Amino acid sequence: MIDRPVEYPAVDHEVAYLRTEEAPTLQPPGSEIGFRGWLWRNIFASMADYTSAPAAVMSLFMTAITLFTGYAIVWMAWTLLDFTVFSATFTAAEGLKRDACLPNPGACWPFIEAKWYQFMYGFYPPEDVWRVNVCFAVLAAGIGWLIFGPSHRGKVAAFMLFGYPVLAYVLLNGMPVEDNGDLGHIFSGVWFPAIVAAVLFAGWWLADAGRLGDVGSAFAPVLLMGVIVVAIFAVLPLVTMAIDLALGTEVVETNKWGGLTVTLVVAIAGIVVSLPMGMLLALGRRSSAPIIKWSSIIFIEVVRGIPLISVLFFASAMLPYFLEPGVDFNKLLRAMIGVMLFASAYMAEVIRGGLQAMPKGQYEGGMSLGLSYWQQMRLIIMPQALTTVIPGIVNTFIGLFKDTTLVLIISIFDLLGILMATLKDPEWATPTTAYTGYLTIALIYWIFCFGMSRYSVHMERKLDRSHH
Amino acid sequence: MSSMSEGSGQHPSQSSRERSGLAALVFDAKARSLFFQAMLAIAILGMIWVAIGNAADNLAQQGREFGFDFFDRPSDIQILTTFGTWLVGYEPGQNTVFHVFIIGIANTLIISLAGVFFATIWGFLIGIFRLSPNFVLRSFGTIYVELLRNVPLLLQIFFWTALLRIVAPSQRGEFSTLVPGLLQFDAKGIYGPYPIPHDGMGVVMIALMVAIVAAWGFGKWAKKRQDATGQPAPVGLVSIALIIGLPVVVFLIMGRPLSIEWPNFVSEGPVLRRGFERGIGSYIAPEFMALFLALTTYTAAFIAEIVRAGINAVPKGQSEAAAALGLPKGVAMRKVILPQAFRVIVPPLTSQYLNLTKNSSLAAAIGYPELVAVFAGTTLNQVGRAIEIIAIVILVYLVISLATSAFMNWFNNRVKLVER
Repeated sequence: MIDRPVEYPAVDHEVAYLRTEEAPTLQPPGSEIGFRGWLWRNIFASMADYTSAPAAVMSLFMTAITLFTGYAIVWMAWTLLDFTVFSATFTAAEGLKRDACLPNPGACWPFIEAKWYQFMYGFYPPEDVWRVNVCFAVLAAGIGWLIFGPSHRGKVAAFMLFGYPVLAYVLLNGMPVEDNGDLGHIFSGVWFPAIVAAVLFAGWWLADAGRLGDVGSAFAPVLLMGVIVVAIFAVLPLVTMAIDLALGTEVVETNKWGGLTVTLVVAIAGIVVSLPMGMLLALGRRSSAPIIKWSSIIFIEVVRGIPLISVLFFASAMLPYFLEPGVDFNKLLRAMIGVMLFASAYMAEVIRGGLQAMPKGQYEGGMSLGLSYWQQMRLIIMPQALTTVIPGIVNTFIGLFKDTTLVLIISIFDLLGILMATLKDPEWATPTTAYTGYLTIALIYWIFCFGMSRYSVHMERKLDRSHH
Repeated sequence: MSSMSEGSGQHPSQSSRERSGLAALVFDAKARSLFFQAMLAIAILGMIWVAIGNAADNLAQQGREFGFDFFDRPSDIQILTTFGTWLVGYEPGQNTVFHVFIIGIANTLIISLAGVFFATIWGFLIGIFRLSPNFVLRSFGTIYVELLRNVPLLLQIFFWTALLRIVAPSQRGEFSTLVPGLLQFDAKGIYGPYPIPHDGMGVVMIALMVAIVAAWGFGKWAKKRQDATGQPAPVGLVSIALIIGLPVVVFLIMGRPLSIEWPNFVSEGPVLRRGFERGIGSYIAPEFMALFLALTTYTAAFIAEIVRAGINAVPKGQSEAAAALGLPKGVAMRKVILPQAFRVIVPPLTSQYLNLTKNSSLAAAIGYPELVAVFAGTTLNQVGRAIEIIAIVILVYLVISLATSAFMNWFNNRVKLVER
C-alpha cells in the first residue's frame, strides 16, 4: 500500500451548476406506496416477469392459480353467506317445525333454536339446569381470571385444577348425602381417615423438624404424601356434604348428561389429570432406575401408538373383565379414564421436550445447593421446563378437546353425539337440517379451539421475547 | 429417581458422622432406588395378577373361554365392497373370521397410504401458499389451515359423508360424470374401468420393474458424474422415458395382453334393477371417499403448518446466497432451501403420518370396514371375545406405528445434517 496524500479539487462556490442547498425529497412513485403499491407487491409482482421463457411460464401459471384461488374464496364465502343468511329460514311459527324450513334452500335456524337446550345440556332436567350454568360460569370466570386477572393467578390456577373438579362434580352429579334423613354414615366413614391423617401429620411435623433423627427426616416427604392422600378421603366427603346441604342438590344420573356439558366434563377431566400424570411419566422416562424408566416408556409408547378409539373400546369393552366380578362402573367414567390415559401419554412427551431443553447447569446448580431430587424438580426444573413448553401443552389441550368427540362412538352423547341424535328427529327432517347443525357445532368447537390456539401463539410470543 | 442423590450416597466419609445399620441403608442412594423400583414392580405385577384373576373369574362366570380359535369360524357378516374384500375375494359365509381380520388390515393400510400420499402433496402446497408473497394465495392458506385445524375430524367426516350424498344423483337410474369417459358416480359410489390382464402381462410387469431399477441406476450414475465433473444429466426426463417407455414397448410387443372391463349401466327395466351393475368394472365406495377426503384435507392443514415452520427455519441468508450465485428461484428452492427445511420437517411429519393412520379408525363411525370397524366392532359383537380382539387390534396398530417410525427414522437419517 502506497500512502499518498489525496488532492481534492477546491470547491468553487461561484460555479452555477453546483447546488448550494439540499434538493427536496420527492414522494416515492404512486406505484410503490399506498393501495397501488400494496396491490403490486402482494398480487401483481409475482405474475409480471416476462423477461425469459421460464419466467413467463411461471408468471402465467401464477396468474392462473391466483385467479382460480380468488374465485374459490369468493365462491365459498358467497355460498356460506347465501346459506346462512340470504336463503335461510330464521323463524318458524308455533308448531310448524320442518314445514317452516322446507320452502327455503338455506339454513334452518329454528331447528338450532329448538334443540339449543339439548346441545348445551343434553337431557339434564330443566329445573336443575342452574347447576350446570353455575359450573359454566365458574369455569368462565376462572379462565378469564387466569388470562386477564391482575394478581393471585397461582391460587386461582390451583383452585381450577383441584377445587373446581370437586365443585363441578358435586354440582353436576349431586350427592346422596342424606340417607333417610341421617347424616351419621358420612361421619362414620370420615372419622377413621381423619385420625390416620392426624397421626401421619404429627409424624411428619416431628420428622420434618428433625426430632426423629436422620432416618426420620428422610421419610418426611413420604409421610407428607400420606397425609395428603388420607386427608382427601377424610375431607372430601365433608366438603361435598357441606356444598350439598347448602344447595340441596338431587342426584342427576350421568346418562342424562349431554351436549357441551359432557364435552367440557371429559375435556377438563383429561386436562386436570393429564398434567400431573404427564409430569410423573416424563420424569419417570428420564429416570436412571431401569424399572421406572422402562415402565414409563412402555406406557407412553403403547398409548401413543394406538388410536384413541381402541383406548375407548379398551375402557368400555375390555376393562370390565379386569375388574372384580359384579363391579360395574359408570360408562362416562370409563370413557373419561380412557381419555385421561391417552392425554397423559401425549402430555408426557411434551413435558419431556421441556425437560430436555433444560441446560445441565440448572440440575447442577440445584445439586450444589444441596437440594434433594424432588426439591430440584419442584423448585428449579419443572417451573422452567413447563414454561418453555406452554405452547405444546396448549396444543395437546386443543387435540384433547377435539378428541372428546370420539366418545360418541361408544354411545355417549357429547356435543357432536347429541347433534347426530337430534338429526334423526323426523319432525325436523329437511334437506338442510344436517348442514345447519354441522355448521353450528363446528362453530362452537372452532371458537374453543381457535381461542386456545390464539392463547398459545400469544404465550409463544411472550416467551420468545423474554429470551432476548 | 436417585441419580441426583448419588452424590451424597457415594461419599459417606464426607458426611459429618458415619452412619451404620438401618440409617446407612436408608441414606444409600442405590438401596433407596432399588427399594422404590421393587415397590413399583410389585405394584405393576400385582395389578396384572389381580386383573388376570378377575378376567378368569369373569370369563368363567359368563361361561366363556380364552383363546384364538374363533379365527377359524366362518364369518357371515356383510362387508362393503372395498380394497380388502377385493383382495380376499370375500363372500359372506364362504370366508372365516381370519379373512375379515385381513380385510380390516388391508383397508386400514390402503386408506392410510392414499391419505398420506395426497395429504403430503396438498399440505406442501398449502404450506408454500402460506409463505407466498401473493396475498390471495396467502389468505387462502391461512383460512384453510385455521378452519380445518380447529374443527374435530369426526365432525368433518360426517360433513363429507353428507356432502357426497347431496352431490350424487339421488334417483335410481341416474349418474353423473366425474372424469369424462372414465369415471362416473351415483349415490352408491364411483365406477370406473377395471383392467383384466391376460397371458404376457407378467412380462410387462417385469419390464416395469426393470425400468424402475434402470432409472434408479441412471440416477446414481448421473449424481456420481455430476459430483466428479459438474456435468448435470437430464435424470427426470430419462427416468420418465424409461419407466413409461419400456413397459409400453413391451406391452405392444406382447400383443396388448390387457382388456378393459367397463362398468355396465342399466337404465331400463324395473326401477330397483337400474343403476350400475354390481361386480363389473372397478368401484370406490362413498364411505371410502368421505373418509379419504376428510383425512387428507384435515392432515394437510397440519402438514402445511409443519412445512411453513420448516421453510421459515432456514436462515434468510441461504436464499440470498442462492440468489447471489444466480440460481433461479425454482432451483434455489429445490437445491438449497428444501433440503435444509427437510431436516426440520421430517420428525413432525412422521407423527402426522402416524396420526393419519390412527385417525383412519374413525371409520367406525361411518361404516368403512377398516380394522376397528369390522374387527373390533362387527366381529367383536358376533364372537364376543373382547379381550383377545382388542389386544390384537392394539398389537396391529403398534406394529404399523413402529414400522412407520422405523421407515421415517431411516429417511430422517438420510436428510439430516452431515457435519464434518
